[in-house]
Formats: sequence, C-alpha cells, structure tokens
Amino acid sequence: MEYIILIIATVFVNNIVLTQFLGICPFLGVSNKVQTALGMTGAVAFVQVLSTVCTYLVHVYVLVPLGISFMQTITYILVIAALVQMVEIVLKKISQPLYQALGIFLPLITTNCTVLGVALLVIQKDFTLVQSVVYAISNSLGFGLALIILAGIREQLELADVPEAMKGVPSSLIIAGILALAFMGFSGIV
Amino acid sequence: MNQLQNFTKGFFKENPILVLVLGTCPTLATTTSTLNGLGMGIATTFVLACSNLAISLLSGVIPDKVRIPSFIVIIASFVTIVDLLMQAYVPTLYETLGIFIPLIVVNCIVLGRAEAFASKNDAFSSLIDGLGMGLGFSMALGIVGAIRELLGSGSIFGFKFIAGDGVLIFILAPGAFFVLGYLIAIVNKIKKR
Repeated sequence: MEYIILIIATVFVNNIVLTQFLGICPFLGVSNKVQTALGMTGAVAFVQVLSTVCTYLVHVYVLVPLGISFMQTITYILVIAALVQMVEIVLKKISQPLYQALGIFLPLITTNCTVLGVALLVIQKDFTLVQSVVYAISNSLGFGLALIILAGIREQLELADVPEAMKGVPSSLIIAGILALAFMGFSGIV
Repeated sequence: MNQLQNFTKGFFKENPILVLVLGTCPTLATTTSTLNGLGMGIATTFVLACSNLAISLLSGVIPDKVRIPSFIVIIASFVTIVDLLMQAYVPTLYETLGIFIPLIVVNCIVLGRAEAFASKNDAFSSLIDGLGMGLGFSMALGIVGAIRELLGSGSIFGFKFIAGDGVLIFILAPGAFFVLGYLIAIVNKIKKR
C-alpha cells in the first residue's frame, strides 16, 4: 500500500517534468513524434533505475563511512557518466535492436537532469533502497507520461496555423503550462 | 571579435535562455521571485566563469578522447564549491534553490560553453565569455522572476504594491511555462524584424 501511494504521488501529484521542472530539455527536444518520445522514455527509465541503485549504494557504503558526503555531486556525475558509457557498450554487444532503438538517446542522458536529480532526491528524502527503486521507476513513468502526451499534442499541432513567432519552443511551453494546470487537479488525492 | 562583443553577445544575440533555449530547468524552477532567480543566475555565472577559465588553461593538457569527462569533473568541482559557500553564507536562499544548485553540473550551458568556446580559445577571452554568458543567463532569470513575482504576488524584490494576493497561478508551476513561452515568442518576433 505504501508503495502504491508513493507511485501515485510521484507519477501524478508531483510529476517530475510538470511540477518539479526536471528534464525539460529532452521534454522540449524529443517531443516532435510519439515514436521518439517512447525511445527516450525507455532509455531514461533504464539508466535512471540503474544509476539510482548504484549511487545509493555508493552513498551508503563509500561516502558516508568515509565522511566525505560533500563529494556527492562529483561522485554521482562520474558514476552516472561511467554507467551510461557501460550501458551503451553492453547494449551494442548483446542486443542490436535495443541498441538501435535507444542508442542515439544514451549519450544525451548523462546531462539529463532527471537522472542526477532523482539520485540526489532519494538521498534527500531518506528513502530505503526498495523505496528508491520504486521512486526511480515511477519518476520515469511520470517523465514518459508527460513526454508522450506532449508529443501527441505536438503531432496534431503541426497541421494547425500557429503564428510564426510562436512556432516550436514557445508553443510547446504554453502546452506544457496547460498540462501542468491539468496535473494540478491531482494535488490533494494523496 | 573584440572583447566587448565577446562579453555582450550573451545578453541578447546569443542569450542562453531566450535565444538558444538551453538550461530551461533552473529557469522554470527557481524563478518564483526576482531574488531567487538572480541568486541562481549568479551561482551559475560563478561556475561558468571559473570552469571556462580552468578548462581553457588545461585544454592543452587534457587528451582529446577524455575531454568531456574531464570537463564534467572540473565543472562538478566548482559546483561543489558554490554549494558549500551558499550553504554557509546564504542558508535561506540555499534552502529555496535546493536540488537545483548541485544540478548546475548538468546545465547544458556550462558544458556547452566549455566544449564550444573555452576548449578552443585563450584564457582571458574564455573568462569574458563565461562572465557574459552567465550574466545574460542571470538577466533572463531575473526578468522571468520579476514578471512572475509581479503578476503572482504583486510585488517586486519583495516590496508589495497591492494588498492581498495576485494571480497565484504565476507563482505555481503552470505560470513558469506560460511566462517563459511568451517571452521566447516575443524575442522571436523582435529577431524577425
């Protein structure tokens, strides 16, 4: 039950993109087509869960015992960068179709703030390892949900007559604002 | 390009937020008031200027193949310095900005300037470039923050103009998207002229 509440709270009430403002760059960058949005979501989910587990373990077993938790930022970004590189190499070797689907998104993920953001939030919120994994999974679901809704709307918008200056980023931001308004309706259910 | 142009290009022509649309996450998240926006901008400016300087000084030593990881480590070191300094001297601002201070590491502007400018230019112009870009970023954050604060709570820099609340939605998440969306549209319009 506790986990179900955590999932609903992270996917809908505190949606990572629309209320926490993490991962806006890919949210605006790869939301032209539903297909690419799905690919990006897959890649983010994969890396996010893996990196949250790794950084959590590094924090508990290395940084805290040595008393160097102020090195958090540097260690985390290194762990994430190494992990992304490794995932890329392993995927290329074992699963060519999966590599082709996620490949181009992987290098972009190192500088995706959702990954580092979730790794940091998990420590800030004092979660256990299981809670952290659930939190990471539901955050990637929330990211995917927002990304796919926006991509769906933008596909329709291509046919609409948008004023010249509003084309592209500005109109996406306005749509995101309306989506954020809609998501505010969820606040209070948990 | 002379140093003056190098310094001022970040303000309008290549403004990181309003023209290049980089680093949107902190722009949306930390601009609930003018002061918060400016605080975030100044922290980023410090990191940008220092990392640009360090990277351009070290660019001869760093092998080309591992340059991106090395840049990230240099940037992360300066972010840690800012993080500790802000925790010590401006604890309230530190609380408000929260997770977005360590997240300066993954701000696309910082790595973008390191890769596109600092690794190819001399130390002095890299420092100027970092300062200019950082101040352009701060300016944009300040503008977004001021608009949101003015509409949302009817005040500016914390001085209230009206009794009671403003249009609360501008302080909340959707307002951030609306304000930035229309600002970029206005800049697009001006650029077209």
